[in-house]
Amino acid sequence: MSVLDNTTVLLGEELRTEFRSRELLTTTVIFVLMVLVLFSFTLDPAAEPTAAESRRFSPGLLWLAFLFAASLMLQPCFLREQVNDTLSALRLSVSDPFAIFVAKVVANTLFLLLTELLLLPIFAVLYNVAVKSVFPQLLFVFLLGSLGISTAGTALSAISAQARMRELMLPLLLLPLMTPVLVVSKEVTAGLLDPNPFMRWKGVAFLAIFDLVFLTALWLFGEYLLEE
Amino acid sequence: MVKHVLVASVVVLLIGAAAYAAFYVAPTEATMGTIQRIFYLHVPSAWTGLTSFFICFVANLAYVLRREPRWDWLGVAAAEVGLTFTTVVLVTGPIWAHPVWGIWWTWDARLTSTFVLWLLYVAYLLLRSMLEDPDKRALLSALFGIFAFLDVPLVYGSIRWWRTQHPQPVILGGADSGLQPTMRWVLLFSWVAMLALMTLLLRQRYRLEAMRGEVEMVMREAEAV
Repeated sequence: MSVLDNTTVLLGEELRTEFRSRELLTTTVIFVLMVLVLFSFTLDPAAEPTAAESRRFSPGLLWLAFLFAASLMLQPCFLREQVNDTLSALRLSVSDPFAIFVAKVVANTLFLLLTELLLLPIFAVLYNVAVKSVFPQLLFVFLLGSLGISTAGTALSAISAQARMRELMLPLLLLPLMTPVLVVSKEVTAGLLDPNPFMRWKGVAFLAIFDLVFLTALWLFGEYLLEE
Repeated sequence: MVKHVLVASVVVLLIGAAAYAAFYVAPTEATMGTIQRIFYLHVPSAWTGLTSFFICFVANLAYVLRREPRWDWLGVAAAEVGLTFTTVVLVTGPIWAHPVWGIWWTWDARLTSTFVLWLLYVAYLLLRSMLEDPDKRALLSALFGIFAFLDVPLVYGSIRWWRTQHPQPVILGGADSGLQPTMRWVLLFSWVAMLALMTLLLRQRYRLEAMRGEVEMVMREAEAV
């Protein structure tokens, strides 16, 4: 079987596991919603949540919420395999371990993207920002940002699953590593939420480079992450 | 033993000479005054810290490819030494910034990326302490070290391009940037002294880690019997 066939089968398995229970998606969506509500308390209540103030703060809050959500959502990614002792079987079943990572990265990106899409209308209402006219562009930025988070996050979840205090280790490893994604995604999103929306192409290119760097690293070093 | 004392004394002398040069040889800077002399501790520490992290990255790569414990020992030694120098940078920075800029901290590119760098290597050391099995600890932390080092230029770039309104770099900053020649010599000399200190610390820390590794191995063998 080629790497592509392997990946497709594994991806199907990942998606089936999740959509059978939808546990991960439900909890993540609720978590992000909670964070967004709690974040609103850090803003000044006297100043009406004017569009201008929302535009200034909300893109950063939104991406921070996504990042926190990802650091929880990526937890079970490898932990599940370890608890059920399925990692060895998984490794034996593929010709190239990169297929395991591609399947998991694609699945995690999809889950994260789905969470983001479900929350976007609620976010737009709560924080009073216009998203309809720039929806395709926003989707594109969400995709690039989520791909970056999932790529590095999947690799780190393979590491943290083998450590003590693993629930704490993953955010600890992931959050500082995600600084560039947070900074740039936030800037690009802020550009799109502007009254005269514009695309920061330099930021988009930067995100694409980030994704490429970590995908390449995963391709080169992924097999070592799964050693026993 | 005599050799160690000799090497350590040379390093102490070098650091002393660098301190003397910073206080008495380098001219007083025109606008900032005496406080600017912290520059000769601050900047060389930053460069030395980065050098140390680069050594850590090379050791991590070498471990993943070769699987010899000595690369793991070098990796952890370099991470700790790099972290020490970076801590010096993060402490001397605000001390310098407060009288000059009027604030202790500003979220500019170099400050912020140094801070993130510091956090990444703290995470690296924490991860090590959370992995029991020595082989697993060596491999997984080396992989994280590689990811962390790859992230550094991206962190710096993202903050520099999107979040900064900082003073232009004085060195390598552009056409009219530059240091007065004496200042440059004192700076470079301080860096050499710092590098010597780094080498000494690295060596000692490496030897300690090697001994620890051996003890660990003996303990495992004893358990097996």
